[in-house]
Amino acid sequence: MTKIQFMLTLNEKLSDMPKNEIEERLTFYSEMIEDRMEEGLTEEEAVAAVGDVDEIARSIMAESAVSSAEEEPQSKEKTVKRLKGWVIVLLILGIPVWVSLILAAFVVGLSIYISAWAILISLWACFGVLAVGSPYLLVLGIVQIISSHTITGIALIGASLACAGITVFAFYGCLALSKQIIRLTVWSFKRIARLFSKKEVA
Amino acid sequence: MDIQLKRGLLDVCVLAAIKNEDSYGYKIIKDMKPYIELSESTLYTILKRLENAEMLTVWTAEHGGRLRKYYRITDIGRKRIEEFKSEWKEIVSIYNFVAKEDGSDD
Repeated sequence: MTKIQFMLTLNEKLSDMPKNEIEERLTFYSEMIEDRMEEGLTEEEAVAAVGDVDEIARSIMAESAVSSAEEEPQSKEKTVKRLKGWVIVLLILGIPVWVSLILAAFVVGLSIYISAWAILISLWACFGVLAVGSPYLLVLGIVQIISSHTITGIALIGASLACAGITVFAFYGCLALSKQIIRLTVWSFKRIARLFSKKEVA
Repeated sequence: MDIQLKRGLLDVCVLAAIKNEDSYGYKIIKDMKPYIELSESTLYTILKRLENAEMLTVWTAEHGGRLRKYYRITDIGRKRIEEFKSEWKEIVSIYNFVAKEDGSDD
């Protein structure tokens, strides 16, 4: 018997029990099977080592009949429960997949975020070079004019003025971009925080 | 064995299995195996009972791409172990009395 068969059979046999209790039991057995497989047993052997499904289901039902005799399950909900039971099994079996998927998504998100900061930092570096370069070119141009290389001097002063113009533009551009990224950071932190607080409530 | 007595003994056994470090379901079964054979469904019930009695807490950790539940003993749980140890003297003296009435020598 494979793990999936085991889980589905157990789920089917326990379908009269409350949904969250079935989920907890299935998770427990899933972990037991996984731990045995990790120790070197094959899937079939691991499932067999946990025990006979029918016997397990019988003992669980007998146990829970004693402990929750006062809780009468409503027959109306039965079909809904059974449908959701399938979802439970799929979710538990899928744990290895979606744990790594969530991790991968998180890492991708993080790297995009880091890249955004890297781009911003290089843009600020460009701004810095322009801001320093502009007065430097101006001084150099004046020196050239004084030392009678008039044409070179005028060209340098022209370049300096151009740099100054671009610097002003670059400053507002970088500032706006920084604000956006900081806003994005605050927004995503709030989202993540909300995600966790929701989980706690549920 | 008497069910009530056995239940009480198993509770203390599981507490003892997690008293030195946090443990998980399969490891608890393996650690107890040389002393007492425990089935998965029995362990589940014991763990649930101990959790409800606040003798242990449960936390979940990622392990090899899946989730695994770990059990940690609380102060109430430790107190239960100590209680059991002191109760044991009483049990032994009751045993001695019963064995004597029985007329046997062991």
